[in-house]
Amino acid sequence: MTLFGRLTWDAIPFSQPIPLITSLVVLIAVAAIAVWITRNHWWPYLWNEYITSTDHKRIGVMYIVLALVMLVRGFADAIMMRAQQALAIGQSQGYLPPEHYDQIFSAHGTIMIFFVAMPFVIGFMNFVVPLQLGVRDVAFPTMNNVSFWLTASGMLLVNLSLFIGEFARTGWLAFPPLSEKAFSPGVGVDYYLVALQISGVGTLLTGVNFVTTILKTRAPGMSYLRMPIFCWTSLASNLLIIAAFPVLTVALALLMLDRYLGFHFFTNDGGGNSMLYMNLIWVWGHPEVYILVLPAFGIYSEVASTFSSKPLFGYRSMVFATLAICIISFCVWLHHFFTMGAGADVNAVFGIASMIIGVPTGVKIYNWLFTMYGGRVRFNVPMYWLIGFMLTFVIGGLTGVLLAIPPVDFIVHNSLFLVAHFHQVIIGGVVFALMAGYTYWFPKAFGFTLDERLGKAVFWCWFIGFHLAFMPLYVLGFWGATRRMQHIPDPTWAPWLDVAFVGAAIIGLGIVLTVVQLLYSIKTREQRLDVTGDPWDGRTLEWLTLSPPPHYNFAVLPDVHGEEAYWTRKQTAIKEEKLIDEPNYQPIEMPVNTPTGVIVAFFASVCGFAVIWYIWWLAILGLVGAFAVLVWYAWRDEHEHIIPVEEVRANARERRRIRHELLQELIKST
Amino acid sequence: MTTASEAPAVGLTHQASENTGLGHRGPQSKSIVVPYGFWLFVLSDMVLFSALFATYASLVHATDGGPVTSQLFERTTVAIETLALLTSSFICGLAMIAAKQKNMLWTQIALLLTGLFGFVFLVLELTEFAGMIAIGAGPQRSAFLSSFFTLVGCHGAHVTCGLLWIGTMMAQIWAKGFQPHIMRRLLCLSVFWHALDIIWVAIFTIVYLIGTLP
Repeated sequence: MTLFGRLTWDAIPFSQPIPLITSLVVLIAVAAIAVWITRNHWWPYLWNEYITSTDHKRIGVMYIVLALVMLVRGFADAIMMRAQQALAIGQSQGYLPPEHYDQIFSAHGTIMIFFVAMPFVIGFMNFVVPLQLGVRDVAFPTMNNVSFWLTASGMLLVNLSLFIGEFARTGWLAFPPLSEKAFSPGVGVDYYLVALQISGVGTLLTGVNFVTTILKTRAPGMSYLRMPIFCWTSLASNLLIIAAFPVLTVALALLMLDRYLGFHFFTNDGGGNSMLYMNLIWVWGHPEVYILVLPAFGIYSEVASTFSSKPLFGYRSMVFATLAICIISFCVWLHHFFTMGAGADVNAVFGIASMIIGVPTGVKIYNWLFTMYGGRVRFNVPMYWLIGFMLTFVIGGLTGVLLAIPPVDFIVHNSLFLVAHFHQVIIGGVVFALMAGYTYWFPKAFGFTLDERLGKAVFWCWFIGFHLAFMPLYVLGFWGATRRMQHIPDPTWAPWLDVAFVGAAIIGLGIVLTVVQLLYSIKTREQRLDVTGDPWDGRTLEWLTLSPPPHYNFAVLPDVHGEEAYWTRKQTAIKEEKLIDEPNYQPIEMPVNTPTGVIVAFFASVCGFAVIWYIWWLAILGLVGAFAVLVWYAWRDEHEHIIPVEEVRANARERRRIRHELLQELIKST
Repeated sequence: MTTASEAPAVGLTHQASENTGLGHRGPQSKSIVVPYGFWLFVLSDMVLFSALFATYASLVHATDGGPVTSQLFERTTVAIETLALLTSSFICGLAMIAAKQKNMLWTQIALLLTGLFGFVFLVLELTEFAGMIAIGAGPQRSAFLSSFFTLVGCHGAHVTCGLLWIGTMMAQIWAKGFQPHIMRRLLCLSVFWHALDIIWVAIFTIVYLIGTLP
């Protein structure tokens, strides 16, 4: 027992140039950003408007910024892997030794799912759901802030493993027995476990928060079947979070008990059963896929209907399909390990269930197609992503049905075919939706639209890059190439791996262009200001308020009539040639800012770091600190601050003036 | 009717809307939203325990040549534990009644007794654990014992958190009185405490009762 547990200077990778240089570059970049913020005196603004904010819109933006930054990290891992596989063929060993390569593919998967896809999706739910429901914030605004910071804490720990110690070499789900202490004695798996436990708590709280928000706080008149489809898919996704994330917590906790206290859940000795871990992790893992993709489907639905200038085709069938997926997603987990040997009957049941889940998904594809059919389709950037998605996702779905046939799965299990399949549904399904949503809701968040030309360039980079990068992997998978190979023994695979590398590089160009697009759009924002708050001729309530919306979203909660709340209202106004009568404004109560989230997350990070390195006194200190902060928060007397009626009225009148002008234009044009 | 000290309008407190509970007449009041959210959390906790139950069920026979259930469990001790926990929950109900009457003394007494009975339960459980470890039947012995200690211990950890919460609530009620937000917290606490009973009944049945069948 020493003061710093097993933490010594050896933890810093002085002898390994790649992590060392990366660490230095990242540290310098972070320091430079900090200096830049300090010199511009932006800390107070950041602290008040973002870090301590309980505003769902600000929290949503923070989630998405975190996701974009982590996308760069995850992509850096990806391109390193593609480069290694393109180089390490035949005689050559490439530039990454196995122990480093294994960390990279583990970090890539972990980061892309937990710290890119999840925060991106949750960011959109944060930003959009309360606006679409016509309310002022989520049910628990402070808890929302805590959720975000716990996610950030997990992210911090995962990235810290680059500088101090190492990351897991066990793949993104850390299967035992490899991840057991006997075979992975280092801190890598502990970083993985602790980081995911902390961010998992944040995600679970998000789930509770959003189910409550959607079921209990909606604008007057918004019955269930009047909710926008994105709210429905978010509801389904958050129900899945509540039902699935506790199982992840259990799976990871049991592995921690094995590693830290010598329990025998998944060990080879003592009666442990490593297949139990597979079952637990995939009982979470398969619903997780739908936690990501259902909100993505919601985004596509919003985009399809808005840019086709038509109501969504088959709204109710869409709701049913969403809920059907929500339930069936818990009946298919075993298809991730058909090779376990559960027997033909069990495999058949899960194989058939996996094929059945394709049916509601197919319903959705047809609904989007029929929404476009006969519509006045506007080919803005989000529409590109939608069409690109449909082309890509259907192929990914079909290869999924192929994998759902147990005998076929026995052949391609754990091969690059599988890698190609799940990247196809996650990039084609989730990432394309996130890019569509990013373009679609950006003006709502910041008051100006993104540059269309660069947006289309980004799309083509991703679309072409994706197909180049992953189609070869299907071929290689059929030829027997297993996943996660640090060295390629067969030189005839080289051309396919070269193509895949080029594809990944083109995706990289797309990511660079995303940054360029953002900077260029900020610079030239005057040309594309969204003064009306309704840049796309929208149909849901978020377009009713200004861009960016006031802190309280709506001066008066909108009365909802009919399925498309805002569209109905807009058409009525055009027909009657006037806005609705000015309502009676009242003062508004909003939650106050709080540093609770960031301080709790600080203590959680300290505690997590201490647990990873066996510094027990520090771990206890972290826990006590977190508890003390929560009690301190519970002792507060000021819960809400009141926005005076004068301010509300002045803002609302300004909005009415703008809306009046818009209405005159609309009347003239129709 | 809203009083002057309460919120003036439809803000996040949602006081202007009717509490139908269905949500389509506008956002619900905090007295509905807060317990609803907490129920969802309890639901997620139930899912957590069901995963632990599933683990226990699949590992209960993986004894690795070590002791089996019938050699370890004592129905008498467990019966006393159960009695302590259920009494504690009953008194927790009394505490809620006292709090609704805004009776400070009885609320504090009842909460204290709730906590004490919870503490008795915890001590009995830890004694049982210590006894098992002493005869070499600790969680490192076999997969069965790992899952037993984790399932029952997780419930015990929840009880410990509950005790911490009860103590905090007692201090808070003492310092701040029966304010609406404190009453909501108290309601959540009692939901939590009763939920732990439900879990315990399942543990009692699945682990101890079935485990000591002849």
